[in-house]
Amino acid sequence: MKNFDYIRPTTIPDAIAAAAEPGSAYLAGGTNLLDLMKGGVTSPERIVDISRLAELNRIERLADGGLRLGALVRNADLAHDPEFARSYPAVAEALLSGASAQLRNAATVGGNLLQRTRCSYFYDTASACNKREPGAGCDALGGENRLHAVLGWSDACIATHPSDFCVPLVALDAVVEIEGKKGRRHVTLEEFHRLPGETPQRENGLEPGDLIVGVRLPAEAASFSANARYLKVRERTSYAFAVVSAAAALVVEGGKIRQARLALGGVAAKPWRARSAEAVLLGADADETSFVRAADAALADASPSGDNAFKIELARRIVVRALMSALAGTPGRLPALPASPFSSIPGVRHDA
Amino acid sequence: MTLELSLNQQPAHLRQGSSIGQPLTRRDGFLKVTGAARYAADNHPPGMLYAVLAVSGIARGRVASLDVEAAKAHGGVVEVMTPQNRPPLATDPDAKNNPFMFRLDLLQNDRIRYPNQTIAVVIAETLEAATEGAALLSPRYEAQPARVGLDGAESFVPGGVGIGSPAVHHKGDVEAGLESAATRIEATYETSAQYHNAMEPHAIVAAWDGDSLSIDTPSQGLAMAQGRIAGLFGIAPQNIHIRSPFLGGGFGSKGMISGPQVLGILAARLVGCPVKLVLRREQMYGPAGHRAPTRQTLRMGMDREGRLTAIDHHAKTASSTFDDFFEPAADASHTLYASPAIATSHEAVRLDTGTPLFMRAPGEATGSIALESAIDEAAGACGMDPLEFRLRNYAEVEPMTGKPFSSKALRECYTLASERFGWQRRPLQPRQMPDKDGFLTGWGMGTATFPAIMFQAEARAVLRADGSGLMETGAQDMGQGAWTAFAQIAADGLGLDIDQVDFRAGSSDLPNAGIAGGSGHTATAGMAIHNAGAAVIARLADLATGHEASPLFGAGNEGVLARGGRLYRRDDENRSESYGEILARAGLAEIDGRGTGTPDPASREAYAMHAHGAVFAEVKVDPDFGQIRVTRLVGAFAAGRVINPRLVRSQYYGGMIWGVSFALHEEAVTDRRSGRIQNANLAEYHVPVNADVPSVEALLVHEDDPYVNALGIKGVGEIGITGTAGAVANAVWHATGVRPRRFPIRIEDLLG
Repeated sequence: MKNFDYIRPTTIPDAIAAAAEPGSAYLAGGTNLLDLMKGGVTSPERIVDISRLAELNRIERLADGGLRLGALVRNADLAHDPEFARSYPAVAEALLSGASAQLRNAATVGGNLLQRTRCSYFYDTASACNKREPGAGCDALGGENRLHAVLGWSDACIATHPSDFCVPLVALDAVVEIEGKKGRRHVTLEEFHRLPGETPQRENGLEPGDLIVGVRLPAEAASFSANARYLKVRERTSYAFAVVSAAAALVVEGGKIRQARLALGGVAAKPWRARSAEAVLLGADADETSFVRAADAALADASPSGDNAFKIELARRIVVRALMSALAGTPGRLPALPASPFSSIPGVRHDA
Repeated sequence: MTLELSLNQQPAHLRQGSSIGQPLTRRDGFLKVTGAARYAADNHPPGMLYAVLAVSGIARGRVASLDVEAAKAHGGVVEVMTPQNRPPLATDPDAKNNPFMFRLDLLQNDRIRYPNQTIAVVIAETLEAATEGAALLSPRYEAQPARVGLDGAESFVPGGVGIGSPAVHHKGDVEAGLESAATRIEATYETSAQYHNAMEPHAIVAAWDGDSLSIDTPSQGLAMAQGRIAGLFGIAPQNIHIRSPFLGGGFGSKGMISGPQVLGILAARLVGCPVKLVLRREQMYGPAGHRAPTRQTLRMGMDREGRLTAIDHHAKTASSTFDDFFEPAADASHTLYASPAIATSHEAVRLDTGTPLFMRAPGEATGSIALESAIDEAAGACGMDPLEFRLRNYAEVEPMTGKPFSSKALRECYTLASERFGWQRRPLQPRQMPDKDGFLTGWGMGTATFPAIMFQAEARAVLRADGSGLMETGAQDMGQGAWTAFAQIAADGLGLDIDQVDFRAGSSDLPNAGIAGGSGHTATAGMAIHNAGAAVIARLADLATGHEASPLFGAGNEGVLARGGRLYRRDDENRSESYGEILARAGLAEIDGRGTGTPDPASREAYAMHAHGAVFAEVKVDPDFGQIRVTRLVGAFAAGRVINPRLVRSQYYGGMIWGVSFALHEEAVTDRRSGRIQNANLAEYHVPVNADVPSVEALLVHEDDPYVNALGIKGVGEIGITGTAGAVANAVWHATGVRPRRFPIRIEDLLG
């Protein structure tokens, strides 16, 4: 592989200064970056290894009742933190439904937000990809695209964002803390990721040198803990990316929905907050009829980008089931098959 | 280099009586779990350089240019091998003079005939430098349109399928049988291209010393590899030493030496020092074989009692543009179900892919899933239970040839597995078993079968004056347990405790053990071991019975038996003598004997020889999402004598899980325009994970077969896939009412 400089700064300002140079990339868990480098998909000149910046490795309770997740907190550590799992069960479930145990041990909070699409044409350097090489074209269009986007895609790019973690995070109004040359700023996760438009290479709002230092969950996010689920349909029972997934969180009083959060995964270039569906749900009866209407609203703007029309109907059904599961209540403990349809229905034997 | 392996120094294994039949744990298990087992790529001779392949990004055309200078200018790069400077070969890699010889891409020209074909090899001081050098070659191509998919080219009838099987076969009049039938079905099924994906990629460490060649590389057939390399380089086979003590899986992809392995040898020749070449995962998708896609149409007719009147099985498949391997899918209908009329036929197209090759149960796996699906449809059309239908059409003789079976305990397999599974409670109609959690539950079954093949093998046995024994044969352990099973056969063959036997294998300087393929390795090399043991014991008996001082004097060879390191008189077991005493008196440090394993032509002519099994599957399907989970698999298999039930069960588990993989997971996604495979990695080319196979049971059915070979061994390596894939498909139908017509079964096929 191409030679590169390796820098291991000891402070955040040093890291930002180093990474602001063109051709730099941050290294945290490396679970995605190293694959991309080995495949020649990205070839950074300089690796800025932030993995030992201890101050980014903390989970902090905030004075306002929110929670701050350091960017370097490992997926496994976060998912297995009992207090975190109690307060944000859908997030823990999403984390545990992703990748494999070994990858979750290495992968980080910040890195998860920045993982690249699994579009095979992005990985295949012999194919045209506007994300990899702006202006080159998109070979996924008209190609093997049954798993590609059905929402928010453009003729320039039909790739999806592969994260599970981000789906409940975006539903719960998570905020990304970014430290850059001009100081610290906060961006909602919903705004952080971008739709492709004509510039699919611009996947998020980071500027050169910008470092994700943490993700905040606002105080309100914990209020859904009794009725929050993540549901993920995939093509094998574990260790597979979502075909479609959904995070649903409800606050129900007297049979009426007082608060509703819904987001979809595997359908767009970003974790897809379904605000129109939330509007349908707010104040509605907490029942399947409302959930079906919400699902229709969530997918109202969907269209196939190729051989993937089935994902639209699948997404509707997943939305309904995720809301039904959330309504039924968060299970007392995380299921043995997190987020799997085979453990989302109350009473199902996880090891059946 | 000496082999770092001493199998007879392992702790004693729990057993009683003879070694054959005992569930010994793997004798190489300790080496493997501690990382001490040395695989090919673990070798690192002094002065070794690293070679990395540069491979084609197009399917068809030619290389217009390579920036060799840029690659050579990169620090650490030593040489770039292209058609311009590749060392000469004695044999044209495009020559083919036997069906097991496949054409190789060894930089003989600038032509490209499939994606991932090697176009150059970069040799460097480090793996990283070689990798970057390969990237710097920045190839430019003159590309032609790729021919992709089963409809991507004009079809033809191949000259033969598999190895030498006619493309078209028939007995009786199929059209008349269909005409006279009370009920008929016709159905078409598609199977996807699949790649072996052994955990260990193809790897080679090659070192030349003049015209002698030393190689570490995984091989399922050491002698064949040695012969092929000898022919290509024009050197004597005995000048080539191949070590292959362990394979991290082969599944057919390491049966013949592949092009990239030979390129590693050429690279070592070019630079004059040892070279290591290890394929990247995605580079295994092209030059190392695969299972071709198929489209199969089955027509069946049944009379009013549900007896088959005709089976017509037609398969369309694909080969490369430059070589011949045609997946013999339709031949699966030759052996399982009785019918007065059977016709099988094949057609093929030539595509811009690497040549397909043997992949675990070649033909049987693809054919079985279609045949077992069609049998299920036929049973349904007759309103019969699928097991009852199979029993109604049970073949008492091999249907295509009329030959009697050498043994066939399939009825016992059906009974044992169906009872264990609880099949009798199955409702006939689909969608009748929703479970309490709302999942659709379905039960399906399939019949498993695989031929009992034997090749040719040799072994050498030694008895030593210290009472210990040695058995040598160049056998190959792909993970199936050859180190253990062959040591068990050797121990019994020598009449010794297994810990007294030094067993050597996995090296080409040992007697030719034939190929670890066709599920025939245990039978073939096992018989060679058995016969070598008998030969050396006969020599020992001659020494004893011919000497006046021996208590066995005058007993004659027929009158003694070997057990526990002693020879005993058959008629008086109080009279015995240890091996050591016999050899000491004769003044011999050791004696040896040789044996061969070979199929008996007379019994092969007289009998049809197959292993059989019955597999029952339970699936749960999410009614809204179409996501499938195989919650239970029960298989019962009859495959002659079982040398080691623990290892055999593992083989069945592996095969059955592969069957799940075939039905639900495996597919090489090929871009319809470029012909490039889009999921050449283990994240996106799915095989089952543990959560996909929560409950797998394999039951062993006793079967004595006096005809297959003296040990009564058939073979267990591949049969588990057959039957299982169809059982899963049939269970999906029973759960959902949707008949799977293409594999793997996709979510969208079940969404409704």
